[in-house]
Amino acid sequence: MVPITTLHYLVVAAALFVLGVVGVLTRRNVVIVLMSIELILNAVNLNLVAFSRIWGLHGQVFAIFVITDAAAEAAVGLGILIAFFRNKETINVDEIDLMKW
Amino acid sequence: MFFLSHIWLIPLLPACGAAIMFFFGRKLQKSTVSAVCVGAVAVAFIWACLAVWQYRDYSASNPGKPYQTILYTWLGTNNVDAQGNIVPNDHAPLGYTRQNNIPAPFQADAGFLLDPLSAIWLLFVTGVGMLIHIYSTGYMAHEGGYYRFFGYLNLFMFSMLTLILGNNYALMFVGWEGVGLCSYLLIGFYFQRHSASSAANKAFIVNRIGDAGFLLGMFTIAWYFGSLRYTDVNHLARSGHFAIGDPIITAATLLLFVGACGKSAQLPLYVWLPDAMEGPTPVSALIHAATMVTAGVYMVARSNALFVLAPTSMKTVAIVGALTAIFAASIGLVQNDIKRVLAYSTVSQLGYMFLALGVGAFAAGVFHVFTHAFFKALLFLGSGSVIHAMSGEQDMRNMGGLSSKIPITYRTMAIATLAIAGIPGFAGFFSKDEILWQAWASEGGAYRVLWLIGVVTALMTAFYMGRLIVLTFYSKPRMSHEVEHHIHESPKAMTVPLIILAFFSIFAGWLGLPHSLGGSDRFSKFLEPVFAREQKVLQAEEPAKLAAAEQEQEHTDPLEYGLMALSVAVAFAGLGWAWASYNRADKGYVEPIAGMAPPVYDTLLNKYYVDEAYDYAFTGRRKVGDVRLGAMGLGEASWWVDSHIIDGTVNGAGWLTRFTGTLSSWWDKWIIDGILVNGPAVLSRFLSYPARILQWGLVQWYALVMTLGLVGFVAYYAFR
Repeated sequence: MVPITTLHYLVVAAALFVLGVVGVLTRRNVVIVLMSIELILNAVNLNLVAFSRIWGLHGQVFAIFVITDAAAEAAVGLGILIAFFRNKETINVDEIDLMKW
Repeated sequence: MFFLSHIWLIPLLPACGAAIMFFFGRKLQKSTVSAVCVGAVAVAFIWACLAVWQYRDYSASNPGKPYQTILYTWLGTNNVDAQGNIVPNDHAPLGYTRQNNIPAPFQADAGFLLDPLSAIWLLFVTGVGMLIHIYSTGYMAHEGGYYRFFGYLNLFMFSMLTLILGNNYALMFVGWEGVGLCSYLLIGFYFQRHSASSAANKAFIVNRIGDAGFLLGMFTIAWYFGSLRYTDVNHLARSGHFAIGDPIITAATLLLFVGACGKSAQLPLYVWLPDAMEGPTPVSALIHAATMVTAGVYMVARSNALFVLAPTSMKTVAIVGALTAIFAASIGLVQNDIKRVLAYSTVSQLGYMFLALGVGAFAAGVFHVFTHAFFKALLFLGSGSVIHAMSGEQDMRNMGGLSSKIPITYRTMAIATLAIAGIPGFAGFFSKDEILWQAWASEGGAYRVLWLIGVVTALMTAFYMGRLIVLTFYSKPRMSHEVEHHIHESPKAMTVPLIILAFFSIFAGWLGLPHSLGGSDRFSKFLEPVFAREQKVLQAEEPAKLAAAEQEQEHTDPLEYGLMALSVAVAFAGLGWAWASYNRADKGYVEPIAGMAPPVYDTLLNKYYVDEAYDYAFTGRRKVGDVRLGAMGLGEASWWVDSHIIDGTVNGAGWLTRFTGTLSSWWDKWIIDGILVNGPAVLSRFLSYPARILQWGLVQWYALVMTLGLVGFVAYYAFR
């Protein structure tokens, strides 16, 4: 049984991060995009917690901040999304091009 | 003293009559109108007689004092102390500063003054006025606007009586304007006729010129004496504080005389009076012969205390009077309209009156006003009766031979003619002869020219009056058959006033029977309280001359008889000449003057072309070459200035505003907006094209680029 080292955590976190990035770049539904962002944030959290085994509790504290931030970001994002849906009746990201010149 | 203390009722009675006509006249019967209006004037006449009667008692106990009753202060403030003196007050409304820096209120009473001068006017105005009212009930019986006519007449009586009885210049001015208004209304009585309405306008406008003089004179008096009351002004003028020839008094009296010239039709403002004959004949008799036109004489006589302090003004009055007398008389020689002859005769006789005033013979002038009122009213009423008989014909060329057909008119008019011509025994003889004698006696030297003018005028007067009578009542009948068929004597309402006036035309003169003819000159004696002191001032001017004159008076009595004989001879000569010239006049007769000197005749017939000259010079109805002068010229010039200069300036300002507006709008549009505002915008838009290429709007592409960039950075730092 191979002991679980920090490297394992990092690999999992990297995989999670890549999944998140791919989700953000490829999915058209904004809800899925937001969920993918959550994946990216959580990959970062995993890294922070893993490194706290080596350098102390700072990483864990930071992870809690990030979770808080994620919650806030999800709330704001979903709020914008609902407002937007009320105007445009769509949540597809390729149809959101108001800022185009 | 009841009638005397209620003297204010005299003007008020006709005012009530006028008010009733004004409000209810339209609905009243003609008989009611006559009863109200004639009744008001008749009661006023009786009241006036009784008041003058009581004034005799009053003056017996207060010798030389006028009777004055002040009802209330109608102009200015009530700052009057118990004695009736005006208390100066800085804060008084209408206050002003006198020439000696003393503040004074501009104040006038509703006050009435009766003295011998106003008593004479009062009696003949109400008396002649009453007779003419009665006459009018006959003359106007078949005319429209009956109530209107009588309302105006009563309003006229009110104004004239206010003028006469007022105790100050302001109240006199109220009456003065009132009679002017009534004159205007009555000249334009037949307002459907254009000639009547324009004659009314002419009278009104010419009178305005005189009225401006009166107003200025009145203000000068207020400024100089601090009061408008005759009693105050006369008291100050007689106090000896003012030198003879005082320039301000001279100015004031000259201005007053301008007013008198307008109202009493003297040169150069006489032009309205002949045209005023467009009014109904009783109006010509009452207003434009007997009463209103003598208002100027009244005013000058009333201001005698001032006039004697201004020898220049006296000379002006005398010269203007003499010139007017001969000027108007010469025009009267050839006029064919019966009323126009009488109108020029009136102007001429008014000239006599002013001549008398101007040489200091105030009593003689007033005496002539008095006698003239009767015989001139009679002449006009008689001519009205003639016109009535001739079915409206006024041209003497179409009359003739009327003496047997309308005997009462003929006889009364003949009496008046003898009176105005100056035949001894009739009223005009005494007054006219008195004037001529005074013109000869009072100044001497160069002023005897004025006497000569007076004598020549007397000759002319006798001639044109003889001509009028002969052409109307003698000579061959020249009227058409229909007219001849209709000739009839006038009704009693018209003939009875003629007879009464004829009586006075004979006997009014006997009141002033001069000493030289064994009389006692009661008329002058009656007026003595008003004029006596003036005579003294005039004589005190040169005491040496006075002594000489007094001595002369002793010696020149024979001369007076000589002059009297001369003027009688002149009168008979004029009448005889007229008889000889026109006795056999038939259709198409030739005027003797036209036969002798046609240019003179044309000039006289056209009234010396004065109306034309005024049209050139003052009204501007005629052009001098291409230029228009006078009022219309001024109007045209003002119009030109308005349309070219004023409007040009306005349009120029508008054009300039529009031009600068265009300019600044161009500046705003092209420089401000075009370069400074749109320039940076265009520039930044131009510069934005390359940047815009990158912004194609898909969020995930941006995220991809960002991710690739991140990967790139990380790879760069990881593998370098």
